[in-house]
Amino acid sequence: MSTGARTNWLRELIRKPYFWGVVAIFALLALNVLKDPNYLALSVNPVNGNLVGNVVDILRASAPILMIAVGMSLVIATGGIDLSVGSVMAVSGAVAMVFMKDAGQSGSLGVALGAIGLALLVSAVLGAINGVLVAYIGLQPFISTLIMMLAGRGIAKVITEGQNTSATNDPFRWIANGFVVGLPVVFLLAIVIVIIVGLVVRRSALGLMIEAIGINPKASRMAGIKPSGLLLTVYILSAVLAGIAGIMSVGTVMTVDVSRTGYQMELDAILAVVIGGTSLAGGKFSIGGAVVGALLIATLDKTIVFLGISSSATPAFKAIVIVVLCLLQSERVRSWFSQRRKPPRPTSAPTSVPPTQQKQEVTA
Amino acid sequence: MTTVQTPRVDGPVEASASSKLIARVKRVVSSNPSVLPTVAAIVIFVGMVIYGEVAYGRIVQYNTLSNLFINNAHLIILAVGMTFVILTGGIDLSVGSVIALSSVAGVMLANAGWNPWVVIVLMVLIGTVIGLASGILIQYFNVQPFIATLAMMFLGRGLAALLSTRPERLDDESPILWLGEQFKVIDGEKVNDVVITPGVIVALLVVLIAFFVLHRTRTGRTVYAIGGSESSSALMGLAVPRTKVLVYVISGTLSGIAAVVYTSRLGIAQNITGIGWELDAIAATVIGGTLLTGGYGYVLGSVVGALVLGLMNVLITRDGGIPPEMTTIITGGILLVFVLLQRAVTSKRHT
Repeated sequence: MSTGARTNWLRELIRKPYFWGVVAIFALLALNVLKDPNYLALSVNPVNGNLVGNVVDILRASAPILMIAVGMSLVIATGGIDLSVGSVMAVSGAVAMVFMKDAGQSGSLGVALGAIGLALLVSAVLGAINGVLVAYIGLQPFISTLIMMLAGRGIAKVITEGQNTSATNDPFRWIANGFVVGLPVVFLLAIVIVIIVGLVVRRSALGLMIEAIGINPKASRMAGIKPSGLLLTVYILSAVLAGIAGIMSVGTVMTVDVSRTGYQMELDAILAVVIGGTSLAGGKFSIGGAVVGALLIATLDKTIVFLGISSSATPAFKAIVIVVLCLLQSERVRSWFSQRRKPPRPTSAPTSVPPTQQKQEVTA
Repeated sequence: MTTVQTPRVDGPVEASASSKLIARVKRVVSSNPSVLPTVAAIVIFVGMVIYGEVAYGRIVQYNTLSNLFINNAHLIILAVGMTFVILTGGIDLSVGSVIALSSVAGVMLANAGWNPWVVIVLMVLIGTVIGLASGILIQYFNVQPFIATLAMMFLGRGLAALLSTRPERLDDESPILWLGEQFKVIDGEKVNDVVITPGVIVALLVVLIAFFVLHRTRTGRTVYAIGGSESSSALMGLAVPRTKVLVYVISGTLSGIAAVVYTSRLGIAQNITGIGWELDAIAATVIGGTLLTGGYGYVLGSVVGALVLGLMNVLITRDGGIPPEMTTIITGGILLVFVLLQRAVTSKRHT
């Protein structure tokens, strides 16, 4: 059985839900290295000691995706969906930019904090509207967040009066463009937030409760969980994280483009969650998987630009990836694979489907 | 269906006739509360017409009402397709981007010298193929409808962007433009004519065929049955898998037809055409009284819903004081109100 143990260990690694995500990241990086052998080269900027290179760019670009992916994975775990994250990003960016433009004082830390606080407050209100509609009124999650997705962009346009608004504020700009110990602030900030959220949901019973709602809301209520309050919290959290993502993405250029900021980001968030191996049917989530998914999307975005394909075509590639991953998650395709494995072990053939499913749940 | 055919009166009516009408509507609503949203939509439409006539004038006249149909022909077609999908309890988020892909591809092919008939057929077929793809994903691979059609939404938009990111203009002599040409039916004074385009006729034909299919054929009954309870209809031996794929094919095909109608009216196609039209189509369907959970709804109600949205745009333009950015917020707000209304009606029925 020693050889069996080794193959089991290998199989265990392959069974990790986000294994293929990691493989895909390395494959994309390898593709870029083939085109330009120096792609992975990192250099240190002699003036300020910051790391410079394509990998650093990828990390920086992944920060907003990390935020919305983590929020989305919690929402999906409850059996819901949040289609409004992209629009909440735009609203949050619009609020911050308009606030700083009106306040002036480009060097003031107080103005930056005020802008961030107000932006996150507005995001939380939008999330609370989603949450109340889903948790207390009982609307389907996709329809309430779809309304917010389309109305949210209108709200952003009303806030900026339809104009792309720019502002100058050095502390705010530092969040998106600054460096600490050679690494981009925005990425470190994102990782810290992800770790905090991860610790809170996994070190307390909160994560289990969220998953319980996704598996069976009625049973979870009978087990003493109050689904309504928890659902509301999850939608508010998702919107606040989207608000942070909005601040990060407008901070890079210090301009909010009301029709482009956060546009189609809901696709990125869903894609990151699916790549992380979380089923869209709800009932479980993996923060680690969402992180892998977000990094993969950032790599994919940069690769497509690097290979010289029009960036407005990226949604097509992402849509194909989503379709393929959904196919891989479906019972029918899984049974095709297990049927192919059947012949060598005819004795265990009739029960071959249930054990694989169980193992999936254990690893997830 | 009786309520849909109630005359849309907006002038002075005899008291006895109107009270009789109200009594009749009341009876229908109390016997079947699910028609309440449809009745509400008709009341809102009539209310908007009256308000518009009083506040801005020139609403109840030939050219305004013909333009309402001409400018919303594509939305009516989309709403009909969406009605099929929502009746089964599904959703189709891909309609807007199907229009983008189909119209960009169509205009480019037509300008490359292809036969216009072939181009039109191809434009419709693009929609059919995308609808078929989402239908297969949903039925045979258990992907949730909104995820499958969301993927198709981004696929269509991305493919359209791959084809071209600039506005593509149809040649001025292209025969496809004939579909958008205006014909005078009744010659009124000055510009106050009843005008119709072949596109409007296409839309009306689509509505009639959809009405016939939904209410007079076995397929139509199966669509309603699936929305009521999918497992029961499967146990009854209805062709559930085939019909579920079919509704997405219908929705995709109608999006392709809507793309033809829209492109022929404007003569321009762009990869950003139709952003947010899925919301308009869903809103039109829901305003018209189709339950988002499926099983209840009327295709003629969706037509009223589309006209409500169209009239809303007319009123916003006439008013001039409302910034155009507010349109999506107002549409979203109306949709929300109607979804809440549905929620109230259905929860009343269950208790």
